[in-house]
Amino acid sequence: MHVPDGFFTASVSIGAAVVAAAGVSVALRNAKQELDDRTAPMAGLVAAFIFAVQMLNFPVAAGTSGHLLGGALAAILVGPYTAVLCVAVVLLVQGFFFADGGLTALGINITLMGIVTAAVAWGVFRLIVRVAPNRTAIVAGSFVAALVSVPVAALAFAALFAIGGTAPIDAGAVAAAMGGTHVLIGIGEGLITAVTVSSVLAVRPDLVYGARGLTKPLVLRTADGERVVEAPRGPEAKPIRPFLVGAGIVSLLLAGVVSFFASSSPDGLERVAEDKGFLGQASDHLFGGSALADYGDVGGIPVGVAGVLGVLITLAVGLGIAYLVRRKRKVTT
Amino acid sequence: MTLEVRDLAYAYPDGTQALFGVDLRISRGERVALLGPNGAGKTTLVMHLNGILTAGHGTVRVAGLQVGKENLQEIRRRVGLVFQDPDDQLFMPTVREDVAFGPANMGVRGAELDHKVTDALTRVGMLDAIDRPPHHLSFGQRRRVAVATVLAMDPEILVLDEPSSNLDPASRRELAQILKNLDVTVLMVTHDLPYALELCERALILSDGVIAADGPTRDILANESLLTAHRLELPYGFAIPSTGT
Amino acid sequence: MGAGHHHQLYRPGDTLVHRLPPQCKLLAVAAFAIVVVATPRERFLAFGGYLLLLAAVAAVARVSPGFVLRRMVVELPFVLFAFAIPVIGLGERISIWGVSLSVDGLWASWNILAKATLGVIASILLAATTEPRSMLLGAQRLRMPQLLVQIATFMLRYLDVVLDAMRRMKVARESRGFQARDLRQAPILAKSAGALFIRSYERGERVHLAMLSRGYTGTMPVYRDISADVRQWLFAGALPVAAAALLFIS
Repeated sequence: MHVPDGFFTASVSIGAAVVAAAGVSVALRNAKQELDDRTAPMAGLVAAFIFAVQMLNFPVAAGTSGHLLGGALAAILVGPYTAVLCVAVVLLVQGFFFADGGLTALGINITLMGIVTAAVAWGVFRLIVRVAPNRTAIVAGSFVAALVSVPVAALAFAALFAIGGTAPIDAGAVAAAMGGTHVLIGIGEGLITAVTVSSVLAVRPDLVYGARGLTKPLVLRTADGERVVEAPRGPEAKPIRPFLVGAGIVSLLLAGVVSFFASSSPDGLERVAEDKGFLGQASDHLFGGSALADYGDVGGIPVGVAGVLGVLITLAVGLGIAYLVRRKRKVTT
Repeated sequence: MTLEVRDLAYAYPDGTQALFGVDLRISRGERVALLGPNGAGKTTLVMHLNGILTAGHGTVRVAGLQVGKENLQEIRRRVGLVFQDPDDQLFMPTVREDVAFGPANMGVRGAELDHKVTDALTRVGMLDAIDRPPHHLSFGQRRRVAVATVLAMDPEILVLDEPSSNLDPASRRELAQILKNLDVTVLMVTHDLPYALELCERALILSDGVIAADGPTRDILANESLLTAHRLELPYGFAIPSTGT
Repeated sequence: MGAGHHHQLYRPGDTLVHRLPPQCKLLAVAAFAIVVVATPRERFLAFGGYLLLLAAVAAVARVSPGFVLRRMVVELPFVLFAFAIPVIGLGERISIWGVSLSVDGLWASWNILAKATLGVIASILLAATTEPRSMLLGAQRLRMPQLLVQIATFMLRYLDVVLDAMRRMKVARESRGFQARDLRQAPILAKSAGALFIRSYERGERVHLAMLSRGYTGTMPVYRDISADVRQWLFAGALPVAAAALLFIS
C-alpha cells in the first residue's frame, strides 16, 4: 500500500502533503486535548503496536496473503485523532527509517491510510453504534467500519490517480479494480479488526475509545488508580464533528472526481479483457485485468485539465484547514 | 525522619479499599524491606509515596514535607521510585538522556547536568553504557541504569519495586552489592525474602492494607507462623542462620 | 535480547556523510526526491546523472552497493505493478515479442521505476548514514511539531519491546500447533492482536507514571541539539543542487 516516489506528479504529491500536514495538525491539537500530557507516551506505544500489527500476515485466498492496515482498528481503539497521529508517525518512521514508501509520496500515504481511513472508519462506526448502542453493535460496527474504510481508501487512491497519476491507465478501470480487490482485503481487515476489538472489549472495555459511554465507570489496574479520572463521556464526543467535516470534504472531493472518470467507461473492464484475451494473466495483479486500447483521449486532455483543477482545489482545502488551525491556535494561546 | 506515613487509608474510585490505615516511619539511612503477599496493597502504598495517588485519609511526609498537589515536583525529587520493569522506566533513546531526564525536569542544565549523569552511572557501575540505547543492554544492566535514573535526582529515599525479579544469580548479586554501597535510605518492596535479609536490617509486613509486623528482618523471617499467616515463605532449603543473636 | 533490530537500516560509520548534521541530510534528500519526481520522463541523461550522484554519495559514505540492493526489496510490489502498466495502459500500442503493449504505458512504467528506484536509494542512504536518534533531532531542528517528534521517539524506543512481545505470542501459538492456513484462522491472530494492544496500552500508562515520577510536567526537556554551519549546509546541498543542474542542462 505504500506508494513510492514517481507514482504521482510532483504537484499532486505536494498538494497531498499540504492536506496531510493540515490533517495531522488538527489531529495533534485534538489528541492533546484528550490525552493531555499522556499524548507522547500513549500515542508512541500505540504507533509501535500498529507497526507490529501490520506485520501480522493472514492468508486471504489461494497463495496470497494480506496484512492488517490498522487505520480503522486504531480509530476505534484510541479515537480518530490519536489514530491519525499514530498512523502518520508509523508512515513517517517507515519512510525515513526503513526507506518504505517514497518521501515525496508521504503526504499521499498519510492522507489515504491515515486521514481518509480513520475518518471513514470512525464515521461508519459511529453511525452503527448510534443506532444500536451495545456491545454487539460495537463489534459489528468495527467489522463494517474496517471493511468499508479499505475500499474507500483505495477509491481515494484511484481518485488521486485520476488527478495526477503518472500512468496512462483508465481511471474508471483503476477505480473498479482497486475498489474490487480492496473489498476482498477489507473483509480480512474487518474480520481481524472486529475480533481484536471484541477481545479488548472482553478484558479492558475501558480502553476501547469507541465503547465510551456504553460501559459503566471502570477502575483501571490497581497500579493506575489515577487514570480513572478519565470518566467515560457521552457517546458523542464533541471534537469528532469538525474532524468528520474536514475529512469528509476531502473524501467527497476525491470521490466526486473519481466517479466522473469512472462513469466515462463503465463497461471497459470486461470488454477489453475479453478482446485482448489476457484476462487471466492480468487479473493476478493489484489492479485486476483490463486494457482499454482505444481510449487514448480519456487519458489525455480531460485528465490534464481535471488534474490541474483537482490539485488547485486540494491545495485550497488544505491551506484553508491549515489557516483555520493556525487561527484557532492563536486564539487559544 | 525521612519518611513518615500516618493513618493512610485509600479506596479506589470504584470503592475497593486497598489501604486501611498504614502507619510507618523510616529514619535517615535505614534500609527497610516491605514484604507482603500479592494484593496486600504494596504497590498502592508505593504510589502514595510520590503523590501519584493521593491519600484518602491520613498523611505521607517526606523529610517533613507533606505530600500534596502543590509540592509534587519537590516530592518527586525526594522520592526516587524504581519500577519493576526497567523497560517502563527507561523510556528515552539513550542511557545518557534517560538518566538526565529527572534532573533536567528539575531545571538542572549544562555541566552540572553532565556531572549528575556521570556520577549516577558511576555509582551503579554503568558509565560505559552512557551512549547506548537502553534496549541494547541486558536485563540486569537495564535495572542498574533504572536505579541510576533515580539516583541522579539525589533522592531522600530510594523506593525499589521488586528489585531482584527476573535477574540471573550474578546480576542479582551485583545489584545487591551496588545497593549495599549506596549511601541512601532504601525502601524495598519484595517477595524475595533472602534478598530482604541480605540487604535490609529491618522489615515490614503489609497485609490486608495494614502493617502487620515491623521488626528486624532476621526476627521476622525466623517467625514461621507469622510468615505463613501472611502467605510468605522462605525458599526451600533456606534457613535463617542462628548466629549473631 | 539482541533480536529485533534486524530491519534497522543504520550502518554505523565515521564518514563525511555520517558526520553531516541530520537536518542537512533530511532536507537534502527531500529536495533531491522532489527534483527527481519533477523530472520529465524523457530526460534519460538526467536520470543517469542522478544515479551517478547517489553512487558518489554511497561511495563517500562507504555504503556497499550490495547493502543498498538488498534493502531495495521494499520496492518490489510496485515494480510488479509498474510492469503491468504497459499491458493495461491506454493509447497507441506496439507489439513486442507478440505482446501488445501501450507506448504510453511503457513510458509510465519507466517513469515509475526510475523515480521510485532513485527515491528508495536516496532514502536508504539517508537511513543508513543517520543514527535514528539524531534523525529525530534533525526533524526537531526542522521545526517538525515537538509532539510528533516525541511520539516518534517513543515509538522507536518501544518498537522492539512490542515486536518482542508479538514474537513471544507467535511462539506460544505455534508451539501449541497453530498454523495460519486461511482466513478461518484470522480470529486467533486477531485475539493476539487484542492482547498485544492491551499490553502496549498498559505499558504506555506505566511509562507515563515513570515519567511523572521523575518530574515530567508535559514538556520533554531538550538537552541535546545539533547545529549545522554554513559549510555543512553547502556540502549537503550539493546533492539536490547538482541534481537540479542536471535537470536544467539535460
